[in-house]
Amino acid sequence: MSQDTHVGSSDSAPFREVAEVSGHIIDSLILPKILDAIKAAGGSFQILKIDVGQNLADPSFARIEVRADTEEKLGKIIKTISAHGATPVLKQDCRLRPVDVGGAFPESFYATTNQRTEIRVDGEWILVHDQEMDCGIVFDAAKNRARCLPMCEAVLGQSVVVGHAGVRVTPHERNTQSAGFEFMNSAVSTEKPKGAAVREIARSLFNIRRAGGKILLVGGPAIVHTGSGEYLSWLIRGGYLHRLFAGNALAVHDIEQAMFGTSLGVRLDSGGIVEAGHEHHLRAINRLRRIGGIRPAVEQGLLTSGIMYECVKNNIDYILAGSIRDDGPLPDVVTDALEAQSLMRAGTRDIDFCLMIATTLHSIAVGNLLPAWVKVVCVDINPSTVIKLNDRGSFQTTGLVTDVEPFLRALVEELKSLEAAP
Amino acid sequence: MPQPHLLMCSPKHFDIVYEINPWMSRQRRANPVLAMQQWRALEQMLLECGAKISLVAPQPDLPDLVFTANAAIVFQNTAVLAHFRHSQRQGEEQHFAARLGEAGFQVQTLPRTDLFFEGAGDALFCGDTLFAGYRMRSDALAHQLIGEMLGVRVLPLELIDPYYYHLDTCFCPLTPDAALIYPPAFDTYGRRVLRESISQLIEVSPEEARRFACNAVVVGQTVLTNVGCPKLHASLRESGFEPRETPLDEFMKAGGSAKCLTLRLDGEDAANWKAGLS
Repeated sequence: MSQDTHVGSSDSAPFREVAEVSGHIIDSLILPKILDAIKAAGGSFQILKIDVGQNLADPSFARIEVRADTEEKLGKIIKTISAHGATPVLKQDCRLRPVDVGGAFPESFYATTNQRTEIRVDGEWILVHDQEMDCGIVFDAAKNRARCLPMCEAVLGQSVVVGHAGVRVTPHERNTQSAGFEFMNSAVSTEKPKGAAVREIARSLFNIRRAGGKILLVGGPAIVHTGSGEYLSWLIRGGYLHRLFAGNALAVHDIEQAMFGTSLGVRLDSGGIVEAGHEHHLRAINRLRRIGGIRPAVEQGLLTSGIMYECVKNNIDYILAGSIRDDGPLPDVVTDALEAQSLMRAGTRDIDFCLMIATTLHSIAVGNLLPAWVKVVCVDINPSTVIKLNDRGSFQTTGLVTDVEPFLRALVEELKSLEAAP
Repeated sequence: MPQPHLLMCSPKHFDIVYEINPWMSRQRRANPVLAMQQWRALEQMLLECGAKISLVAPQPDLPDLVFTANAAIVFQNTAVLAHFRHSQRQGEEQHFAARLGEAGFQVQTLPRTDLFFEGAGDALFCGDTLFAGYRMRSDALAHQLIGEMLGVRVLPLELIDPYYYHLDTCFCPLTPDAALIYPPAFDTYGRRVLRESISQLIEVSPEEARRFACNAVVVGQTVLTNVGCPKLHASLRESGFEPRETPLDEFMKAGGSAKCLTLRLDGEDAANWKAGLS
């Protein structure tokens, strides 16, 4: 039996420490004794996890959060229960187990969050690099270095952290860093004053550009469908974007527009439908496939405008990740999902700010890769995209529910006025 | 029944030269001649019970080496070596390790050196379960680790009276479902655990507990204790055991008695694994 239970008082005692106890803690009455001792000393507790052994020789396990209203009292309680075999998780080294099946972690591996994490090895806390949620932590003893690793990349013999002991997570303080978004604390709302929000986003982009930081844009094809491609091109030329993650569609319709003036067959200048316009994007893809990709198309003069053109001209790295409903796809599209994920992972390591515009799938994928301290702004006409991002743990996301075109138009205007300011 | 096999150590260097329990006082040194006589009498009695005795060589400066019960916990072919809480006794560890290795045991140590564990003094099988005393000498966490190492159920029992600082001074398994117990040495949780786990508990009176009545050596139906435990002996006879006594007052000065002076190498009779029951 394994279950997460929330037992005991849920008071707001500010001093807390998590302790673990294992063994035959039920039939030896050690667990009730520890819980009684906590209460007798004036503390309270919450059982975070309890696994009860099934057979006589099977040990049981409990993880308990001890709470007290003073630090001194907490210390006394921890000392008391330590005598009964409970160990504060932060006073232990982390437990390491070797990868015994390639591409998989040992049972009970520590599953990471996107928060700053450290592990304790030989009494010393070391920072976990490449912080990313839903991974394991591998420790390289030779280099004394720990990092997050997705399970599919686990290699036989690597040492993986198991259990919670010796793992310390420091939640990111949203409001103390990265000035600019304090007022946008609720993750998503359709009722926020958009103008002020856009102004703050513009100021962030402006400041990051000035500081030499890196900004990632994750975008969907609606950017092109709504006629906002030119704003994005302006951002690229202005040095406000340093990397682009998208799918096949954004690039396809951007190129369609560059070649035919339509997006999905609709004229972007008049909104009229062009005869046989539905074929335009296929013809565009075909031309790109014939010439071998976006870069050759730009270099040989086939592609002379648009977002992808600007990326090539301005040396902006782009990763186009494929999906099963892609037309073509363009030769640049990475069709192996794991390879795309891996490239995106590498491409997010040095990112300071991420703008996600009008794409659910790619936004969530990138949200999963980013550590909690990278600011994320998600702009979508559909509030559920932002909600989904938050539900998957990207709590640093602030959302703006609005149509893409007015957002980007306003953003560019704000940046222009910032640039014009003395 | 295969021949019972015990490890003992001659009291050649036995004395009271430090104080690490309330029994010890450097004002009451050991009488070496009397100690040797008492030890030989115990040895003789065990031989009469059909036991085989192996010896660990006595060492100068290790007066408590005579208390071999604290050397290790024996489980089948494995001996988990003690790590003594007091530095005065830590020197014993290497001698016990060497001797147990020589006797053919796979000698293991605790995976953590910051935890203390004092062998069969604090860990006694009764049935399938290893009952383990903690707080005074051994750490509860050490017992948990031993349970993991040996794959056995361990029930840690908190010892609350400094005079009964080792489990074998207040608890003695007789068979897989019977044991001697001195209840005031345990807290209420421990008493309840013992009552719920062992069907027959023979309680020892406070006066006889002070005579180390619980520190008995069990060889088959024979139960050997210090002199001065008539009530216990009567109870034992009633329950079909054959109590025997021999004076061990010299060793009481150091806080030990019959059981402390022996380590059962082939496993205690009360252990199911020994009886082939588990």
